[in-house]
Amino acid sequence: MSTDTSFLSGSGSPSTRDDVPFLVVDNLSVRFPTHDGLVQAVTDLSYSVSRGQTLGIVGESGSGKSVSSMAILGLHPPQSTRLEGSIKVGGHEIVGAHEDQMRKLRGADVAMIFQDALTALHPFYTIGRQISEAYRVHHDVSKSEARKRAIEMLDRVGIPQARSRIDDFPHQFSGGMRQRAMIAMALVNDPKLLIADEPTTALDVTVQAQILDLLQDLQREFDSGIIMITHDLGVIAEMADDVLVMYGGRAVETGPTKQILTHPEMPYTWGLLSSVPDVTASVDARLIPIPGNPPSLLNPPSGCPFHPRCTHRDKVPGDLCTSTLPDLLPSKSSGDHFRRCHLPDPEVIYRQEILPEIAPDLAEAIIAGDEDGGRR
Amino acid sequence: MFGYIVRRLFSAALVVILISMTVFAFFFLVPKDPARPLCNLNGRCNEEKLALLTEEMGFNDSVVHQYGIWAKGLFVDRTISFGPKYKCSAPCLGISYSTRTEVTEDLKTKFPATLSIAIGASIIFLPLGVFLGVIAARNRGTFIDRGLVSFSILLYSIPFFVVALVAWIFFSLTWQIFPDTTYVPFTQNPATWFWHMLLPWLVLGLTNSTAYARYTRGQMIETFGEDYVRTATAKGLHSRTVMLRHALRAAIVPIITIFGLDFAYLLTGTLTLEWIFGIDGIGRWSIEALRQPIDFPVVAATVLVAAVIIVLANLVVDIVYSVIDPRVRLV
Repeated sequence: MSTDTSFLSGSGSPSTRDDVPFLVVDNLSVRFPTHDGLVQAVTDLSYSVSRGQTLGIVGESGSGKSVSSMAILGLHPPQSTRLEGSIKVGGHEIVGAHEDQMRKLRGADVAMIFQDALTALHPFYTIGRQISEAYRVHHDVSKSEARKRAIEMLDRVGIPQARSRIDDFPHQFSGGMRQRAMIAMALVNDPKLLIADEPTTALDVTVQAQILDLLQDLQREFDSGIIMITHDLGVIAEMADDVLVMYGGRAVETGPTKQILTHPEMPYTWGLLSSVPDVTASVDARLIPIPGNPPSLLNPPSGCPFHPRCTHRDKVPGDLCTSTLPDLLPSKSSGDHFRRCHLPDPEVIYRQEILPEIAPDLAEAIIAGDEDGGRR
Repeated sequence: MFGYIVRRLFSAALVVILISMTVFAFFFLVPKDPARPLCNLNGRCNEEKLALLTEEMGFNDSVVHQYGIWAKGLFVDRTISFGPKYKCSAPCLGISYSTRTEVTEDLKTKFPATLSIAIGASIIFLPLGVFLGVIAARNRGTFIDRGLVSFSILLYSIPFFVVALVAWIFFSLTWQIFPDTTYVPFTQNPATWFWHMLLPWLVLGLTNSTAYARYTRGQMIETFGEDYVRTATAKGLHSRTVMLRHALRAAIVPIITIFGLDFAYLLTGTLTLEWIFGIDGIGRWSIEALRQPIDFPVVAATVLVAAVIIVLANLVVDIVYSVIDPRVRLV
């Protein structure tokens, strides 16, 4: 799998300046030994994120998206985790790094925003104290200086009357405010990489939009890289420069966001797109759920992990899908688009079968476009 | 908060009154001749003497009337006569049938002994138990954890009186390290008080600490799984800080609650301990009062004191809870 190590650094986005991306994950495997066997949470995962860039990681629950990101912070207890491969943050290898080194990295270079701020913030400490604490871990400053910094950050993330709200407890904040406070806490040390683990899942849509806007503003301001973990393709479309689709602990499709969302070539990604309601689409457009259940990570399916649920399996010759794991190979249409699928011509299937199902108007337009092109 | 406390005190008073009524009714309704035991105590008893004593002690009045007199005695002095007359100054809990002393005075001398035991033992078992629990939780699954848990279950499964008795036999009787474990008031001689109480403290403290070690271990392990503990680690805090300032801070809340009620329970008398170490405390007092003839005034007093302690402890626990958990609001 060494072909796909640097697929993001060459994506040519204008904000990419570093030659070596800030985060390089290479052949990462995360496995948890349990009584029932080895849980293969993440297998052979490779990706990279540069400063100022946003990588969206999509997938169902249990697809390994959170597990892989938590490994970047070394949040898995070493006794019960088997980590393999390499994670380089700012050029430093952190797989197998000493706890002291990890501690310096956590919250300073790499910070994390968790999904549910109510449970992720300590219920017994004030917002201000928790933010100050995060600041003082990495800065040798007095309590009052840290407090000043906390007020500044709360103000920056748009909490009104930050000076008085700083002494509130998390439960006294609304959901959106708590998430803002969480973001303030994550950004207090100007991290170079921000991992946002479903930061808007617990929020209602209007607040969700505000939070995403805020993250984008802050990203511009601090020039941090962002890993946006989500199962919401809407969030991906709005935020991400690149997308990584995960299934059963593996990367199954990856590339620039626009490419992936408009020309997906992996049946699982099609399934994800089909199950998103599109308000601009015709009311006739169907929502098609992906049949079946997520794969067992204890006994992963043979061959392609998606084959038990794949409705396009019969288009692949022989028993390739059930016997052989497809490689993550570049798409024919675009060099920085990779997918893990045996289908010989996925782009044709997408245009002819999937698109008419999920967005008939768009499909007609494309077909019409093709015909126009043909006449010219 | 103030309104809450007032309301709770009001309901607490109600509970105490109801308990005192229940005890009173229970003891007065069951025996046929409540004066007979006393009559027997005063030498030869005959029917005439019994009738006289019954009348004198007011047993011929209705139970409600008797309760009224008893309850009134809590606020004003009264005179009690069973044969001789005894003055009983308020708050009067009656005159002990067996010792002929004012129950309130006995309570004043015996309560400090029990209080000393409860405080001294708590100072040992609460910190020790929590400390061991944290150590076990932190080293979960290792031999340290297994050793601590096994030892704790072992000690816990031995009946307390066996532990206390063995300790007394060896440390007090055989080796004479703590030859005298009777209670000496703190005000009289603090050093003697301390030395006499040390063995009972250690016995009760060590045995009770096993339960606290297991509560703490369980709570800590549960708290380790909380998102906010992961957040604390993700901030870059040292694992020790995460453990103590974040995990333990949350895990300690239910432990404090259990402790509050345990402490109250200790204050109602550490019966076995007092008995074995010869400490003149509430526990021994209340069990001795139950011997025939039943020393009703003492029984009523010990039950009343226990009720007051338990009810107040519950109130204190709730108030403390609201202080240590900012999410709890007392309204």
